[in-house]
Amino acid sequence: MMALSALLVRDMHLSFRVGGGALMGVLFFLIVVTLVPFAVGPDLAQLRRIGPAILWLGALLASLLTLDRLLAADHEDGSLDLLLMGTTPLELAVLAKAAAHWITTGLPLVVATPLLGLFLNLEPVAIGAVALTLLVGTPALTGIGLIGAALSVALRRGGLLLPLLVLPLTVPVLIFGVAAANAAVAGPMSFGAPFLILCALTLGSLVLGPFAAAAALRHGLE
Amino acid sequence: MLRLLASGLCCVRGSRKVFDNINFQLASGEALALVGPNGSGKSSLLRLIAGLLRPAAGQIELEGGAAERTVGEQAHYLGHLDALKPSLTVAENIGFWAKYLGADGASVDPALAEVGLAGLPDLPAAYLSAGQRRRLSLARLVAVPRPIWLLDEPTSALDSAGQARLAELMRVHLGGGGMILAATHGPLGIEARELRLGAPA
Repeated sequence: MMALSALLVRDMHLSFRVGGGALMGVLFFLIVVTLVPFAVGPDLAQLRRIGPAILWLGALLASLLTLDRLLAADHEDGSLDLLLMGTTPLELAVLAKAAAHWITTGLPLVVATPLLGLFLNLEPVAIGAVALTLLVGTPALTGIGLIGAALSVALRRGGLLLPLLVLPLTVPVLIFGVAAANAAVAGPMSFGAPFLILCALTLGSLVLGPFAAAAALRHGLE
Repeated sequence: MLRLLASGLCCVRGSRKVFDNINFQLASGEALALVGPNGSGKSSLLRLIAGLLRPAAGQIELEGGAAERTVGEQAHYLGHLDALKPSLTVAENIGFWAKYLGADGASVDPALAEVGLAGLPDLPAAYLSAGQRRRLSLARLVAVPRPIWLLDEPTSALDSAGQARLAELMRVHLGGGGMILAATHGPLGIEARELRLGAPA
């Protein structure tokens, strides 16, 4: 337990220090969302309609941005070897790393959402709904991304492979996240059904992700 | 009394057989120097014992060790990569590994003093020289007690005072019933049997 909290604290320190990715994701999120009105035009009604989708897409891309360093950095400097030689199960170690990644990159996205929602002319209810779905949905992105990060380390193909592996797998999260956010504003569906599926996707990926990632890392020992 | 037994070890990397049928025994208090030309598999053998590579054939056992732990979990590996984060300070780097590998934080300061870094705990590791990074990696071995030390070119980048200090640390470790396997091209500074690995195929 002490080993895991040490790993969590170290990874959070690293991402807030020089060269860390904590602010990078939020700034990227800000830029993507700011660019959209320039592309689709300043039609307020239209922005309001597509706002939840834009926020979700921005958050998806922003959380992808820092994923490639999640395990690759530890692989390159030899830390991963020592993590493997620890007595802590590798599954829990990668879960702790994923938790640190979410706290430093996923959670700031949720916090930034209300401000960016204003940019897109969203109503308070819609802002709340998007923030809530992102709060529940971004851990799923980290959990799925963890598998991709481990595979790209094991395959020694660097970070370019990662978006290709991870983005298709995040489609269900995107669909139900946006569906729940839209349902809260416009209907006709109820908010509960897609939101509960989103919760299920998150819980599933948090269980599957660490096991799949640890298996990929162990298999990569060749 | 611990005894490390390796029998019939074979290592294949990228379809090339690096070495085949390596056998050795090592008991508490003994050191084994792995010698051989570049590419003869010294580093691979160390990684194999650490559990970081899978042997194509053969077995590694530790008699008398903790039954529920693998050999790798009872060993320290000091490789070419030093597992230090440049943006963390000296004390944070070593403190993290001490905690992660199961020692308490109290062992960190004495370990830094042992390797001669006592004056620099708050310096970010980015500003350390190659030799100082090596010393910091060695501090991990001192801070967390584990019976087997796997050292890959341990003397590289160390000045003569550092090499003498390393030899002293190794002597203390052996005296306490530990064992050492070191891949080396030069003298280690301690009594060690030699295991010669063949020329590359």
